[in-house]
Amino acid sequence: MCLAIPAEIIEIEEEMAVVSVGGALRKASLMLLPEPPKEGDYVIVHAGFALHTVDPAEAEESLRLLRELASAAEDENLP
Amino acid sequence: MKYLHEYRDSGLARSLLKALQKRDYGDRSLRLMEICGTHTVAMFRLGLRQLLPPSVQLISGPGCPVCVTAVDDVDRALWLAQQPGVIVTTFGDLMRVPGSCSSLAQEKSRGGAVRMVYASFDALQVARDNPHKEVVFLGIGFETTAPTVAAAMLQASREGIENFSVVSMHKLLPPAMKALLDGKGMDLHGFICPGHVSTVIGAAAYEEIVLQHAIPCVVTGFETLDLLQGLHLLVDQVLEGKARVINQYSRAVSWEGNPAAQKLLGRVFEPADAPWRGLGVIPGSGLKIRKEWQFLDAASRFAIPRMESREHEGCRCGEVLRGAMTPPQCGLFGKACNPETPVGPCMVSSEGTCGAYHQYHPED
Repeated sequence: MCLAIPAEIIEIEEEMAVVSVGGALRKASLMLLPEPPKEGDYVIVHAGFALHTVDPAEAEESLRLLRELASAAEDENLP
Repeated sequence: MKYLHEYRDSGLARSLLKALQKRDYGDRSLRLMEICGTHTVAMFRLGLRQLLPPSVQLISGPGCPVCVTAVDDVDRALWLAQQPGVIVTTFGDLMRVPGSCSSLAQEKSRGGAVRMVYASFDALQVARDNPHKEVVFLGIGFETTAPTVAAAMLQASREGIENFSVVSMHKLLPPAMKALLDGKGMDLHGFICPGHVSTVIGAAAYEEIVLQHAIPCVVTGFETLDLLQGLHLLVDQVLEGKARVINQYSRAVSWEGNPAAQKLLGRVFEPADAPWRGLGVIPGSGLKIRKEWQFLDAASRFAIPRMESREHEGCRCGEVLRGAMTPPQCGLFGKACNPETPVGPCMVSSEGTCGAYHQYHPED
């Protein structure tokens, strides 16, 4: 039931959106999102409803932390 | 950014994995439970289980909605499917779950009116299209699904759709996590908390568990690097003797969760005791329909009889769901119980632990 992949909003019509899940188009309701999203945003979709708009700043920050963690790990791995 | 390949970088993954393998665990054995079935499947699919050091064990938890549905509840759904003039609508996962004597898929093949839907709104559409039939939606799922069912009920009420009702078998995960920790012999050192349940309830929802049980909780995403970072954040805490909630999946989960979804969920449902397969009745772990919404409650609309339900004697789904045994330890696994002819729900669902073991690692 869980879709683990974020879906891209292609088109919005009132409270419904056409979203692309890895290229496959589906419909998703936007009525459970606290803030209205815009086309091009990525959303977490569950059972036909968007539940969260992916936060690009948070995504960047978590990637930065990941790279830091990996580089610290590499340093430790040096002989 | 598509939020996919960025989190699948093999170079970064190799470094993170090597670091986990090289850590000094002493003589400790860390038992980390992934609650969510989608995490279980992701770990298998990526082969992470085999690559982790022997000191880090992954235990699969009860986070597959159809797997934890009590057999009585399945029997009630089957009873509804047998009633004349009733169309039962359900998510696909529940179709093949065996009840005491049959499954929804079997009822459908015998001519029963059972329709598979992708979303609660699709069930509402079935009701609009069939005004002379009673359309019942089987509400199964966790905090992620319940608001979507509440949305359909709200819409039914707005439109005055009178032939639509819902059986609420929804369940809440934090009470089940507490019940697991309160159970005897559950030696767990950390929780990989569900990603998408947390989009609704927020990372803050695990604070109480951490406070009461001093167990680290890390809300984790589903991509390779998410899982590895989540494991690092858990291992760090366990080895340093710390316990707090960390939100690894912050791009999709906020601390407070989704207030709009929580509000709608609370408007239609209220917490109630609920039976879990394998875990028994857990206080406050289910959602029942509030009195003011009783007109949409299938339990009020139909005189559903008390079920004399029985599970298959050899089925060990209960133990598997508690993390007390692995699927290959069950005598039926891969023999009488397989994906073609599943005996227990954990073999049926795409998120089920037995199904994941069978597909990816039957000999483990």
